[in-house]
Amino acid sequence: MIWNEHHECMDRQQLTELQGERLRDMVERIYFNVPFYRTRLQEMGIEPGDIRSLDDLKKLPFTTKQDLRDNYPFGLFAVPQHDVVRLHASSGTTGKSTVVGYTHNDIMMWSEVVARSLTMAGITRDDIVQVAYGYGLFTGGLGVHYGAEKIGASVIPISGGNTKKQLQLLEDFGSTAIACTPSYAAYLGEAIMEEKLDRSKIKLKAGIFGAEPWTEEMRTQIQHLLGLKAYDIYGLSEVIGPGVSMECACQRGMHIFEDHFIPEIIDPETCEVLPYGTLGELVFTTVTKEAMPLMRYRTRDLTRLHAETCDCGRTLVRMEKCVGRSDDMLIIRGVNVFPSQVESVLLEMSETKPHYLLVVDRENNLDTLEIQVEVEEQFFSDEVKELEGLRKRISGNLTSLLGLHASVRLVEPGTIERSMGKAQRVVDKRKLK
Amino acid sequence: MIIRQLSVFLENRAGRLTELTGILADNDINISAFSIADTTDFGVLRVITGNPELAEKVLKEQGFAVKITDVIGIVMHNKPGALHHALQILTDNGISIEYMYAFASSDDRATAVIRTDSPKKAIEVLQLHEMELLKTGDVYQI
Ligand SMILES: [Zn+2]
Repeated sequence: MIWNEHHECMDRQQLTELQGERLRDMVERIYFNVPFYRTRLQEMGIEPGDIRSLDDLKKLPFTTKQDLRDNYPFGLFAVPQHDVVRLHASSGTTGKSTVVGYTHNDIMMWSEVVARSLTMAGITRDDIVQVAYGYGLFTGGLGVHYGAEKIGASVIPISGGNTKKQLQLLEDFGSTAIACTPSYAAYLGEAIMEEKLDRSKIKLKAGIFGAEPWTEEMRTQIQHLLGLKAYDIYGLSEVIGPGVSMECACQRGMHIFEDHFIPEIIDPETCEVLPYGTLGELVFTTVTKEAMPLMRYRTRDLTRLHAETCDCGRTLVRMEKCVGRSDDMLIIRGVNVFPSQVESVLLEMSETKPHYLLVVDRENNLDTLEIQVEVEEQFFSDEVKELEGLRKRISGNLTSLLGLHASVRLVEPGTIERSMGKAQRVVDKRKLK
Repeated sequence: MIIRQLSVFLENRAGRLTELTGILADNDINISAFSIADTTDFGVLRVITGNPELAEKVLKEQGFAVKITDVIGIVMHNKPGALHHALQILTDNGISIEYMYAFASSDDRATAVIRTDSPKKAIEVLQLHEMELLKTGDVYQI
């Protein structure tokens, strides 16, 4: 089922024209209403009339999270305060939080993209949707709430936490869909097992999970524990909140609602726009948002875009699950390397676990990359030729994925430091010289 | 007849082997025989000991990657041609050797430790040729 067939299955040529029109309008709005953007554009000698079609998008300057912080709280708003009907804020892990504002039309647009998203997960007016995302300054709860209401589903605004109550309502109300973070979904699933609830009373058929990175392994686990089909939803509060992109039933990436959010993939270093299928940093331009339009906003999320029409019939591009953050990028012999690429190779190989360390060095003016991988107890062979074979397989897989020779050193288990949160994955000795 | 050999993954870094022998000594575990196969980066230590289970346990506790591997030990007179005779039997029966090492004991005899992909068949053919094989109980006396 498709919520808005006109926009979700639009001919791509027509879509490009629509995006161009909306972009033109958006640049005009920010030029005349946001001093920060006007200055930026003037510095580059750009006037609103210079932006005539989607092709001109690449002429525009980028916006970063730092720009949002520098203009805290309302500096990037393009409408007077009396037109702002909602404020959300993200708790910044470093420094000030970032604030986003919404006009009435913005809330309508947001509800629309979330309605499209929920429809992708098969949710209709006949469903009971338990919204277990946090309600508040965080965009998750209210974002999904409005979209579910727009569809006409029965919404349970339970918010996050209070697991006992969550389980009780799952049973008593017979919720057919749940929206929360994937880690909380796994936690709920385990709680169902522990409390030995009557599984026949759990009616869940779809889960809408997002707001944090999760793996295919987790998807399998959650689907097993909760007996539902797990869907990935993507969004960031700066752009709108949840509903920037969403997986359809084909689950071959998340469709981006391009009539509202124009995506680009850039090289994080050179800022050059990359073709479809290439890994790089995701950039969004919001062309319909009124209160706080964003011009080429750098998300720092790394992914690829695919433009072939999906089996579901939607023509909207699909983005892969994000594989990491561009802040972590290394440049080795001119090649962009992300630690998350190494992780993906190790996860794909059945004989390794993602315990690794990248050691970058420089020998005779040439960068070298060594990847240390822990020997896993269960895969340890006492035959040197087997271990050498494993080493060569890892090295071969890495070299072909990274496009750069990577030597592999097998190390003893537990020797690579584990730290809470983001593990220390890189030692760059080049900086020390 | 099958001897449980302890195999340990070792990084090539200074003092690592000494740490390992220290752990075995602290736990009163005697090393009867050992060999190290190494590359530039790492090595695999193979140990014959009277108590492989305890050795496995204490080394795992210390974070080593440890594995028990089944091997056989052929006991021979320490004289020319003895090893050749034993290996010829295995070759004639199509048994391939993954690796081997040997050690001499005080009674003028030598033991060859052999890792093959089919230890049971190796034992069978060696016994057929009246070769003496190392028994688990013997390991304490080596
Ligand atoms: Zn699709």
